[in-house]
Amino acid sequence: MMQPVTRGSGRTGWSPGFLVKLVLIALVDALGVYAVLAAWGAESWGLLAAMVALLLAANWAYFSKRALPLKYILPGLAFLLVYQVYVVAYTGYVAFTNYGDGHNSTKEQAVEALLVQNERRVEGSPSSPLTVVAAGETLGFAIVSPEGGVRAGTADEPLTAVDGAAVDAGQVTALPGYEVLEYAEVLERQQEVTDLRVPVSEDPNDGSIRTQDARTGYVFTSTLTYDAASDTMTDTTTGVTYTPNDDGQFEAADGTTLPVGWRVLVGLDNFVTAFGDDRYAGPFAKILLWTFAFAVISVASTFLLGLFLAIAFNDARLRGRRFYRTLVILPYAIPGFLAALLWSGMLNRSYGFVNEVLLGGAEVPWLTDPVLAKLAVLGVNLWLGFPYMFLICTGALQSLPGDVLEAARIDGAGRWRTWRSITLPLLLVATAPLLISSFAFNFNNFTLIYMLTGGGPRFDDASVPLGHTDILISMVYSVSGLDGTAAKDYGLASALSIVIFVVVATISALAFRRTRSLEEIA
Amino acid sequence: MSTTTAPATRRVALPRRTSPARWFSDLGWRHLVGVLAVAYAGFPLVYVVSASLAEGGTLTGSNDLFASVSSANYVALGGTKFWTWMGNTLVVAVATGAGTVLMGAAAAYAFSRFRFSGRRVGLTALLIIQMFPQMLAFVAIFLLLISLGDVVPVLGLDSKLSLICVYLGGALGVNTFLMYGFFNTVPREIDEAAKIDGASHAQIYWTIVLRLTAPILAVVGLLSFIATFGEFIIARVLLQSEESWTLAVGLYGWVSSLQDANWGLFTAGAVVSALPVLALFLFLQKYIVGGLTAGSVKG
Repeated sequence: MMQPVTRGSGRTGWSPGFLVKLVLIALVDALGVYAVLAAWGAESWGLLAAMVALLLAANWAYFSKRALPLKYILPGLAFLLVYQVYVVAYTGYVAFTNYGDGHNSTKEQAVEALLVQNERRVEGSPSSPLTVVAAGETLGFAIVSPEGGVRAGTADEPLTAVDGAAVDAGQVTALPGYEVLEYAEVLERQQEVTDLRVPVSEDPNDGSIRTQDARTGYVFTSTLTYDAASDTMTDTTTGVTYTPNDDGQFEAADGTTLPVGWRVLVGLDNFVTAFGDDRYAGPFAKILLWTFAFAVISVASTFLLGLFLAIAFNDARLRGRRFYRTLVILPYAIPGFLAALLWSGMLNRSYGFVNEVLLGGAEVPWLTDPVLAKLAVLGVNLWLGFPYMFLICTGALQSLPGDVLEAARIDGAGRWRTWRSITLPLLLVATAPLLISSFAFNFNNFTLIYMLTGGGPRFDDASVPLGHTDILISMVYSVSGLDGTAAKDYGLASALSIVIFVVVATISALAFRRTRSLEEIA
Repeated sequence: MSTTTAPATRRVALPRRTSPARWFSDLGWRHLVGVLAVAYAGFPLVYVVSASLAEGGTLTGSNDLFASVSSANYVALGGTKFWTWMGNTLVVAVATGAGTVLMGAAAAYAFSRFRFSGRRVGLTALLIIQMFPQMLAFVAIFLLLISLGDVVPVLGLDSKLSLICVYLGGALGVNTFLMYGFFNTVPREIDEAAKIDGASHAQIYWTIVLRLTAPILAVVGLLSFIATFGEFIIARVLLQSEESWTLAVGLYGWVSSLQDANWGLFTAGAVVSALPVLALFLFLQKYIVGGLTAGSVKG
């Protein structure tokens, strides 16, 4: 059934609602245009295209008479497309690249970085009088050339000629667009000044100006030169020529490579590393197994305890039922990260409450022994998770159809028989979708693992920062290197994310199909 | 609970006095289970309150429950970034909760009330997208925000606004279905009647549909608030300066470095930061429980 297209959409009257719409769209357009201009300025063409597309879509949706449903879907859809669909697709792309430390950027930037890193002062190169200047907060150098002209630049802006400078005895005293720094200010920012390099021109092969004493500038040029025509890098001191290889690095004939590389597509290499490389394959297999065990046992244990309590409290004659129920669900109302942190202290080997008070001073290594740490993780997750299962089981038990139970009773079914043949199947039908979501949630329960054990204790044999209680998602976090403990490897981390996604999606799809057949039977 | 008064007094059908054995198999064991369950669920909470009131503020010194009662730890919170983190967390969680409700409800309204080409495809796509948890893509989110930040700094790393935007990206996938099902239960005849009376689609949405579905909106907003309140991995990756941390990131920092020395601070902070969520939860328990089971029990 189509909606009549004329009704209510694209009104032309100046009603208050229309004015509100106009103001909101104007606001969105203003911000959008600002972002488009900023993207233009930053030469970020992909973003520019995306912003223009979003902006056009928004204006079309809210002023066209034919886009009624889109008026309601667009706000959420825009966020969904950018922050979910795009990042998922981008994860998929990164998984097939070698993005990470040493391969951080494009080839152009890698070439520039290599040239800059290998800059040396050329012996006997000319020196020129130099003045430290500042453009706002950014420091720069002004150079007086032998012919008398003044050129100035900053770290991002290569030297350019500046007219109208006042020069006194080789030192610039005033410069339009810049502020000349006093000697005291230079002293204060000494480190910044000696670290500063101002490129001589847009071509990195030309080198840069640097200074040691803030009065004399020297030209530094790179010991490497890049030849764009043949796409090779040559070391001028040794004469070795490096050519780009398939891994996104410059490689010499003898196999040595230059340290800075760039991103390239590496095909399935990351997946091969995860499943086949010596350093990762062993830990990965263990972690995969433990992730499954952790998720399955967590769901099963919380469900059983929750169900048991739901049954125990599901008797109208029980006094204080509300009291019990309210107190029992308290762990669910505590944010998970607080609970995990709290338990990590309570399970501390030497001073924790569990060892000191409950076990009378026993020094049980709850979080540092491989087996005990796994038990501890499961135990804490039981505490965190059973109230949720208790809630949904209680809900399901209370909504069981009374007539069916009565019919069973009239047919002579006993307590056990009713429970097994009627209550349990109905309960499972009702809770199965939630059990699946619970499995998916625990499969990625990063907060608990990271806060309780940090994935530890570490594997003895592994050269990578992984441990016995790591699950896949915490492995992704460690491998990505975003916590700063290991080298960054976005490619491998993304590949592992894809593996998790495939596992979770497959299980969800299978399980949902299975529950649908369960429902049809019931 | 006293063990002598059998609940038989209210029920005429039961004999006036039941034997202890019968009482135990009927109700007594339930009380036993209840007391054990309450002790199990509650002892860590009692412990954290006691530890937050302990004078010493170390892990070791917190083991004698309520041995000393002082507000020293709570006062000491003032000398830390705790309240900044609390503010950040509340801002982010409230904004995310509100945004999630508004955007999710609007989308659910469109899917529930309009018939348009691409509707079925859209619903199926949402179902598939929600299987990919956003947190799995944290590396890509990090990389995206680096490039966004080059263009519009406030949408880059270390900004609360961009964190909210990222969370809102997950809003549609998770909640639209819950609301869609609920919106379908509101009879279309009400809209039709309003439409005949001259109401526009916007008036129907704001004044009729949203009013009638208020309970589910409360649930979605609340669940989103609670989830955002405790979200850790994305916040940890995106927020880099201490000023912009959320509670989860900040308190983790206290416990992971020098657990023993910071224990008093942490427990006091934990009590304070658990309170808003706990209060919301207890006040709106009925709605939350309804929302949790809505997807399943309804069948």
